[in-house]
Parts: sequence; C-alpha cells; structure tokens
Amino acid sequence: MKVDNIYKEEKKSAFAKLSEIIITMASRPSGLIGLSILVFHIILAFISPYIAPHDFKAIDPTLMLQAPSAEYWFGTDDLGRDVFTRTILGGRTALTITFFGSLIALLWGGLLGIFCGLVGGKIDDVVMRIVDAFLSIPWILAMLLIVSLLGTSTEVLIPALGFFYGKGIVRVARAATHDVIAKDFIVSARARGHSNFSIIWNEIIPNVRDAILVEGAMRWSWMLLGFSSLSFLGFGVSPPTPDWGLMISNARGLMSFAYWAVIAPIVGLSSLIIGINLTADAFAKALGIDRSTKAPV
Amino acid sequence: MLFLIIKRILLGFITLFIVSIITFVGTEVLPGDACTTYLERQAFGEQLEACYRRLGLNVPAYERYISWALNAIQGDFGYSLSGEMPIKDVLGPRIKNSLVLASAAIFIGIPIALILGIITALWRDKLPDVAISTVTIFAMTIPEFISATLLILIIAIWLEWLPGIVIVPTDVSFLELLPNIILPVVAIAMIMTAHMARMVRSSVIQVMASEYVQMAILKGVPYWKMVFKHVLPNALLPAINVVALTIAWLLGGVVVTEVVFNYPGLGRLVIESISNRDLPTVQALAIILASIYVSINLLADLLTLMLNPRLKTLQIRK
Repeated sequence: MKVDNIYKEEKKSAFAKLSEIIITMASRPSGLIGLSILVFHIILAFISPYIAPHDFKAIDPTLMLQAPSAEYWFGTDDLGRDVFTRTILGGRTALTITFFGSLIALLWGGLLGIFCGLVGGKIDDVVMRIVDAFLSIPWILAMLLIVSLLGTSTEVLIPALGFFYGKGIVRVARAATHDVIAKDFIVSARARGHSNFSIIWNEIIPNVRDAILVEGAMRWSWMLLGFSSLSFLGFGVSPPTPDWGLMISNARGLMSFAYWAVIAPIVGLSSLIIGINLTADAFAKALGIDRSTKAPV
Repeated sequence: MLFLIIKRILLGFITLFIVSIITFVGTEVLPGDACTTYLERQAFGEQLEACYRRLGLNVPAYERYISWALNAIQGDFGYSLSGEMPIKDVLGPRIKNSLVLASAAIFIGIPIALILGIITALWRDKLPDVAISTVTIFAMTIPEFISATLLILIIAIWLEWLPGIVIVPTDVSFLELLPNIILPVVAIAMIMTAHMARMVRSSVIQVMASEYVQMAILKGVPYWKMVFKHVLPNALLPAINVVALTIAWLLGGVVVTEVVFNYPGLGRLVIESISNRDLPTVQALAIILASIYVSINLLADLLTLMLNPRLKTLQIRK
C-alpha cells in the first residue's frame, strides 16, 4: 500500500517537474531566446498552410525574380513563385521528418545502449565494435547511399535518419548505464530478485533518462542539418515541395541579382537550427548535465 | 605501453574490416545491384549479362568480397562503372586536392582555435567570452552550405574580392589552385575553428577549477606563469582527442562545401559517383573516408599516450 502511494506522488509531479525544467531553461537569456525561436517555428509549421498568402507551387513566368514588394514580401524566385509563402512552408517537412527521426534514434539507441551497458562482456564488445564502424563512415556518404538506392520518400527518410543518428546515442546511453550500474540501489534490486527487465525499467531508465534526452535533443539539430544538406544536394525532398535546403540550392545560381530568394530560406533554416541548439543547451543545463566537453560524434 | 599501442592499431584494423563488410553488404542487400542501377531501363538480356561478366558479378558474394578486399588492401579498387577508368587513377588527384583543402583549413584553424579558446576561458562570462562565444555558436550550428553560400554572396558577389566558384581541371598544379581555394578554406576553417575553440574553452575552464590550480593561486604563483606552466599543458591534452573527432566529423561537411564551391576533391566525387550510381567507386570512397577517420583517431590516441605521463604506466585504458 505504502509503495503505491510513493509511485502515485511521483506520477503527479511529472507535469510539475516538466514545467519547472522549462522555467529554469527560460530563466537564462540564451535559453529564453532558443525556446522562443523553437516555439515560433513549431507554431508556424502548424499554421503556415492557413496563412500563406499565395499558392506555393503556382508558376508564373511574368513574375520571375521580382524584388520584394507589398504583394510579394520576400520577392519571387526564378519560376515566379512567392518566396514568402515558400519560406513559411519550408520548415514543415524538415521539422516533421527530423522530429520523428530523432524519436526513433532515441528509442533504439537508448535501449541498445542500456542493454549493452547492463550485460557487458562479449555481446557488449561486439556491438560497440559495430557501432564504432558505423561511426567511422561519414554520415553524408551513408545517407546519400541509402537515399539514392531506396528513394527519398518520408517512409524511407524517417527510419534511415533515425537509424543512422541513433548510433551516437548508443554510446551515451551505455556510458550513463555504466555510471549507475554499480550503485547500491541496483545491487539491492538484484538482491531482491528483480528481473533484468524490471531493473532496466524501474531502476536504470529513470536514472539515465536525462542524459539520453539531452543527447537526443542535440541529435535533432544535427539531423536537421543533415536532412537539409541532403535536400541542398538534391537528395532530400523532391520539388515542388517547399523546403529550405532545396530553395537555397535552387536560388544559389541566381543570387548575384536575386539575393532575396536565397536570404529568406537561409534565415529560416539558420534560426531553426540555432533555436534547437540553444534549447538543447539550456535543457542540458536545467538538468545539470554538462555537454560542453563532448565531441560531435 | 607498447602493448597499448599495438592494441589500438589492431582495433583500428578491426573497425575498418567491419566498415568494409558494412559497405559491401549494404550495397548487396539494397534492391538492385551495380549493373541494374547503372543500366536502369536497359537492364536485361545481353547488356546485363555483359555488365555482370565485366564486373565479375556472376560469382557468389563472399568470393567477390574476398577478392575485392585483397585488391583493396593493395590500393586497387577495380574499375569505375561510368568513367571506365581504374578507380585509383580517379581517386589520386581528388585525394591530393582534398588534402590541400583540409590541411590548409587545419593549419589556419588550430592556432586561431587555441587562442580563441584560451581567451574565452580566461575571461569566462566577461565581454570577450560573450562576444567570441556568440560568434562561435553561430559558426558551428549553421550548416556548411549556408555559411559557404553566404561567403560567396558577400565576398565574391557583393565585394568582388575573390572568385566564388572554383573552375579548374582536376589535376591542376598547386600554385594555380591557390587563389581558388581561399574561400573554401575559410568556409571549412570557420566551422572547424568554432568547434575546437569551444572544446579548448571548456577544457581550460575545467583545469582552472581543479584543486592544484587553486593551490597554485593560493601559493602566490604569478597568474600568467600559472596559466602557461600549470593550466595549458594539462588542458590541451584532452583537447587533442576531441579535436581529432571534430576533424573526422567534418569529413561530411567537407563534402557539402566542395559541392558549393565546385571544388574537384573527394567530396564532389562522392556526389558524382552516387548520382551516376557508380557503386564500385562508392565502396572505395567509403573505405577511404573511414580509413581517414580511423587513422586520425588513432593518431590522436597515440599522441595523447605519448604526451601524458600518467597513461604510460596504465595497462588498459577504458
């Protein structure tokens, strides 16, 4: 009976804990800026289809490369499409794909890392060798290969990104598990005769969760960077879908006389990535994790 | 000590071996093979047979892997599909060009990163730190293709100081290449410097907070003497490993930068061979880039070992 009460109290405070973390994050200027940028982008992604002033794929040769005006706030591109419309729509695909990609990365990377940290021995050695090998293949080569052979549909991109960016989380989760595995409460759980599953679920995950979540938030920004690089290289979303990476690569050749078509998506993408980064940093600090010494593996 | 070095080198080779298997299996299990992807709609009958024979795809996979791996160790990666040239002849000048680019960026980047990192750490949370840190955060979070595009827009198009796009043949001489590579080098060095400066900063801050530095301050050791004699040697050691990881991580970023500047290096070859569905070249590139990654890390580990007296007596490092 008593035990049940303790669990209930903990569950009740989960929401309070979250709001406490967000308040701590927002109390630093960098965290506040990051959070507001991120929230702005998320809201924009939800409402942009309803507030877009023009059709994002309406091609009009008479309106080619118009400078910014009252009708076309950010000008038009080489096909006469409205740059403002395409810019506010341009983050939706990237945000959706990388968000679900990061969730997949968190799940498999976190679970495999905890498992390896817990069992140790030969299995751990073999898995870590393979993870190391995957780490040493440049991300861009692997992504390009997958995309060029399997296509660029969302159903391919989300698991591919999720798989490829999860390998770094394996290491973090494993290291965090190693830190708690020798602690007394694990030993006592074993002594009480709990199963491995129960130890992972009730003892280890609550203790390594923070480290893994922070790593996942960071992966999100790297994944966004990777995804837009793919789009930029012509291996991401296919036209005419509005996407920042694709817009930049299209407008780049004409930027000597139509710089507006390249500046707008640059501002959109850079602000989102900086926003996620600042938020992830503030998140780490609010949870008391120092990730400033870590390399971008 | 010797045992440790041999163990590290062996582990490096095991990693490369697994990479070779991953790329081989990866290109094997994905739908379509080198011939069907290359020939696309003409992939039937006589042409397909001829292509299989030419590439030796008509023997079992493990036999092909063994012969490919044995040749690859000797630097022979077979023939590329599209160019009909031995892959090693294609790779040679590309590797040289990329090396020029990368080493120029590293030689410019490392000293600047050290200076910036030390300044930001010593004046932590004061004006120099806030100013430099803000700039480095921007430089390292913005994607390579954006900073490279902005560099071209500002320096090459608006100010007209330097050529924005590299238009040279692949086997150009070093002197002809020089004016063309300034912008790509700046683009890569900028991101790399930002990453390294952040790491040097946190490393110096950690050492500054350690007990023996506090002790030195209390003992009355002059500030700058303490910084140069006690803090820096200890702070820069762990930074070596992290710097190596950063350089290796940037291999991916160099690919994008090379495409933006139209630079004839390994990175553009990656894009070209994948666009042409030239799987033999892709395999060769994967193994070469992975070797670069593994050897940079190995070098950093060995360097740390040599420079760190505490590790010399240690048998196995976790």
